[in-house]
Amino acid sequence: MVASLNFRAWHRRIDCAQILATVLAAFAPLASQAADVTPLKIGFIGTLSGPAGALGQDQYDAFMLAIEQKGGKLGGVPVQVVREDDQLKPDIAVQAAQKLIERDKVQIITGVTFSNVMMAIHRPITNAGVLLIGSNAGPTPLAGAGCSPWFFSTSWNNDELHEAGGQLATDLGYKRMVVMAPNYQAGRDAVAGFKRDYRGTLVDEVYTQVNQPDYSAEITQLQASQPDAVYVFYPGGMGVNFVKQYRQAGLLGKIPLISVSTIDGTTLPALKEIAVGAITSSPYSPDLKNAENAQFVAAYSQKYKRLPSLYAAQSYDAANLLDAALTTVKGNASDRQALRQAIKTAKFQSVRGDFSFDTNQFPRAGFYRVDVVKVATGAAFETKGPIVAKTRNLLAQQCKMN
Amino acid sequence: MNVSLFVMQCLNGMQLGVLLFLMAAGLTLVFGIVNFVNLAHGSLYMMGAFVGALVYNTTGSFLLGVLAVIPAMLALAFVLELLVFNRLYQRDHLDQVLATFGLILFFNELARMIWGPSPYYMEVPAALSGTVDLFGIPYPAYRLLIVAAGLAVALGCYLLIHRTRIGMLIRAGATHRAMVGALGVNIKLLNSLVFGLGAVLAGMAGMLAGPILSVQPGMGEPVLILTMVVIVIGGIGSIRGAFLGALIVGVIDTVGRTLLPAVLRGLFERGTADTAGPALASMLIYILMAVVLALRPQGLFPVKHG
Amino acid sequence: MLTPSPSSRIAHAAAVRPAASRRPTLYTLFVVLLLAGLALVPTYAALSGQAFYITLFARIVVFAIAALSLDLILGIGGLVSFGHALYLGLGAYAAGMLAQHGIDNGWIHLGVAVAVCAAVGFVTGFISLRTTGVAFIMITLAFAQMVYFLAVSLNQYGGDDGLPLAASSRFGNVSLADPATLYYVAFGFLCLLLLFGTRFIKARFGMTLAGIRMNERRMKALGVPTLQYKLGAYVIAAIVCGIAGVLYANLTQFVSPSYMSWTTSGELIVMVVIGGIGTFVGPVVGALAMVLVEEGLKSATEHWMFIMGPLIVVIVLLTRRGLVGVLHSADVRRAAKTAASGKLMEGRS
Repeated sequence: MVASLNFRAWHRRIDCAQILATVLAAFAPLASQAADVTPLKIGFIGTLSGPAGALGQDQYDAFMLAIEQKGGKLGGVPVQVVREDDQLKPDIAVQAAQKLIERDKVQIITGVTFSNVMMAIHRPITNAGVLLIGSNAGPTPLAGAGCSPWFFSTSWNNDELHEAGGQLATDLGYKRMVVMAPNYQAGRDAVAGFKRDYRGTLVDEVYTQVNQPDYSAEITQLQASQPDAVYVFYPGGMGVNFVKQYRQAGLLGKIPLISVSTIDGTTLPALKEIAVGAITSSPYSPDLKNAENAQFVAAYSQKYKRLPSLYAAQSYDAANLLDAALTTVKGNASDRQALRQAIKTAKFQSVRGDFSFDTNQFPRAGFYRVDVVKVATGAAFETKGPIVAKTRNLLAQQCKMN
Repeated sequence: MNVSLFVMQCLNGMQLGVLLFLMAAGLTLVFGIVNFVNLAHGSLYMMGAFVGALVYNTTGSFLLGVLAVIPAMLALAFVLELLVFNRLYQRDHLDQVLATFGLILFFNELARMIWGPSPYYMEVPAALSGTVDLFGIPYPAYRLLIVAAGLAVALGCYLLIHRTRIGMLIRAGATHRAMVGALGVNIKLLNSLVFGLGAVLAGMAGMLAGPILSVQPGMGEPVLILTMVVIVIGGIGSIRGAFLGALIVGVIDTVGRTLLPAVLRGLFERGTADTAGPALASMLIYILMAVVLALRPQGLFPVKHG
Repeated sequence: MLTPSPSSRIAHAAAVRPAASRRPTLYTLFVVLLLAGLALVPTYAALSGQAFYITLFARIVVFAIAALSLDLILGIGGLVSFGHALYLGLGAYAAGMLAQHGIDNGWIHLGVAVAVCAAVGFVTGFISLRTTGVAFIMITLAFAQMVYFLAVSLNQYGGDDGLPLAASSRFGNVSLADPATLYYVAFGFLCLLLLFGTRFIKARFGMTLAGIRMNERRMKALGVPTLQYKLGAYVIAAIVCGIAGVLYANLTQFVSPSYMSWTTSGELIVMVVIGGIGTFVGPVVGALAMVLVEEGLKSATEHWMFIMGPLIVVIVLLTRRGLVGVLHSADVRRAAKTAASGKLMEGRS
């Protein structure tokens, strides 16, 4: 009896102490505000957990690699990256952004993996006059009428990603195609973008559930309708599911598969030879022939034991962009207007080739046809050539920056 | 859609159903017989997939991978029971929901720390990577293995529950715990056995599904929700209910996904149909579950008492 | 006289016992401190220049309101709803959709949110309350999932990309765009809820509900229309959660289907149980603990879920009525000790 009472008393004290401790802990950082040499604080918001965590992780790893290569500095100033995980939840992302701006007082925020998170935090960040350098998500409104002078992207906007896909399909001469995507905003944008540049006949548009595990019904439909080719957009685990099942149904050799963001640096290691023969349209491939990319791929593979994906490449570019801009303003990030101008006109070597900003502050960068080929160690990406989309949604013209 | 296509889709649905059954069998036993709400069942499925994939990738033998899952899951079940579940069996359902919810977070992060956030490589064994011709449409051979495995498990469970002494004790323990205990049967051991069996079934499901699905942290949760829908529709605690419920859910989900958009396109204009179709298709099984619960709350094929 | 007269003994006892009950319980002390602390957050934030704390604690207060509404049906009614976040989402979407169409009047936002939640709550409650136990858990989950998928398919309101809040709710001259104002409004509403709530538990409705939770058959035998009471409680809980949703939309300036996801419902349940089911301050403590511990762990390590998961398990295993329950037990023990020592003194004289 006495022993159990003591036990209860013990953990009663633990519980109260725990609440007290965590309340204090939340206020503790205040105490450490007195620092003299403050490094430049850069916020990083990305999806670092959950099924899509690999993408945010790639962005973060590449960004940190760039900083490490420059001795912990960007543009000659020491930087401190404050990392926040948005867990693919827009409301958590908003809270993270508020924390970065109000508590950590960051001057720049980078990263952002998914479109819905970007839509949630874009306004709070740009309204506060903090520079937002997106290195993956590129929702179409932000490239057009909803653009902001405080927002830059080193990736692409959702429309042009799929316009390239549609152009590729046209170039390859496929007359009858089926397009498949998950039933959410990015999926519907994918189909819309594809249709703009595809000149053949669209036999069917199939919208599947997000995170749907089994595609046998849809694959049976394909076998029945026998299109010339199939275009899919299945990011993350969905892509692994679909390609595995597509291959097992014997279709990967028979009906050509064109995909975007489905077989990429984060999913190819899970597929290996299963994906051989697939054709993709991508803004980046590890085998792109330029000096900066060669150095990047070697350094990234050595440090992280995996090949960089397009998410890593875009984030690496963001770091180099900031490096060039900060060098121009001599490390003084408090003059935001000057920093913004410096970023807009920065000259740096992108791993994707030549780089310059369009008037809406999105890159004028290209897309490539990248095939999955068989190599000794399994499978790898091989760039076949650039894609130039003929019909573009001229978003830059819709952007009126004040 | 012509007849042979429709038949194929039904076959697809049944195959999905069998996959769901492998998960549902374990869960319904634990829910119904041990009276334990185990949300971490999806995590057991995930761990089975990862462990099996690891063994398969290192040894190159799919069979070895499958066999390795059994002792691995038993060990995991033993540890979980010792640390957490023994104290939860007597608590009410809410405490069980919460504690197992916490376990989901733990296991997902554990898998992420060991195997990384990206999907893990696992392929179909070479012998089964081909296709079989069914109704003129090539059907993946591996899927037929899953169907065979599911039917074997169903038969095995049925024989176990209805034809063996242990099964009789399990059934008795589900309805009259105190009585069975008074008769000198070790109820705790019985519960542990059932829980162990449930864990092995979940792990097996993960291992078998691994080659066709993405093996990654968090892979258990989407399947868990589907599984819970299945056992509620079928009737908690009933293996028969789990089997038939899984088939029903599989077929309705599959056929609904393919038929509904086509039907809607016939009725409405393209834009509305393309938005409403997939949305309705995803809601379909939830609507089915709500209807079943409203009309027959104990499920369609509940355990027969008395 | 050596032996005291009976009347003096009674007088002595009376002198001892009222003194014991006049001492404030640990629980009351805790509640007062908690509310005082929360009330002073904006002042503290202004003094230290850390505006972030207002948004952090506003989030805690909004979730406390949502958790309180869940406690009504979960703790008092015994109905485990795994789809309660549905009403959080409905309230948020009411504000978001109206703002999208140019309506920023806060009263209209609230009115529509209340009406929609009441209607949806009535319909889903009516169907769900025909079931009990695990079936009830699943069917509430099903309804939440259905509306979630519906929200994802609404293109013109952002679908799963979500909808930025075009205009904050305005109540006359008071706008919720200012975080401090939002905080005070939310906190005021929370205090109102706590006040009415404590009286509610002891009033007829609350007592009947508790009776239904303990033994429904007995209540039915007594002639109580149990379904009406349960449904009434369910609708009230839905409405309160909807109001929390309107506040949340204003806080994040964003509306997303993820507000209705089953993981959010799960988090609400965690807050209620960890804080203390059936108590009224419990959900507030639960929301506070959960959000702060999450924040603390997130800044400490990227593998915070590895610690958070087992932490939840440990709290569930070790405490019987949550963190607040721990205080109650302490109070019971103190009262017992006082009564025992009182009796001891009485016996000696």
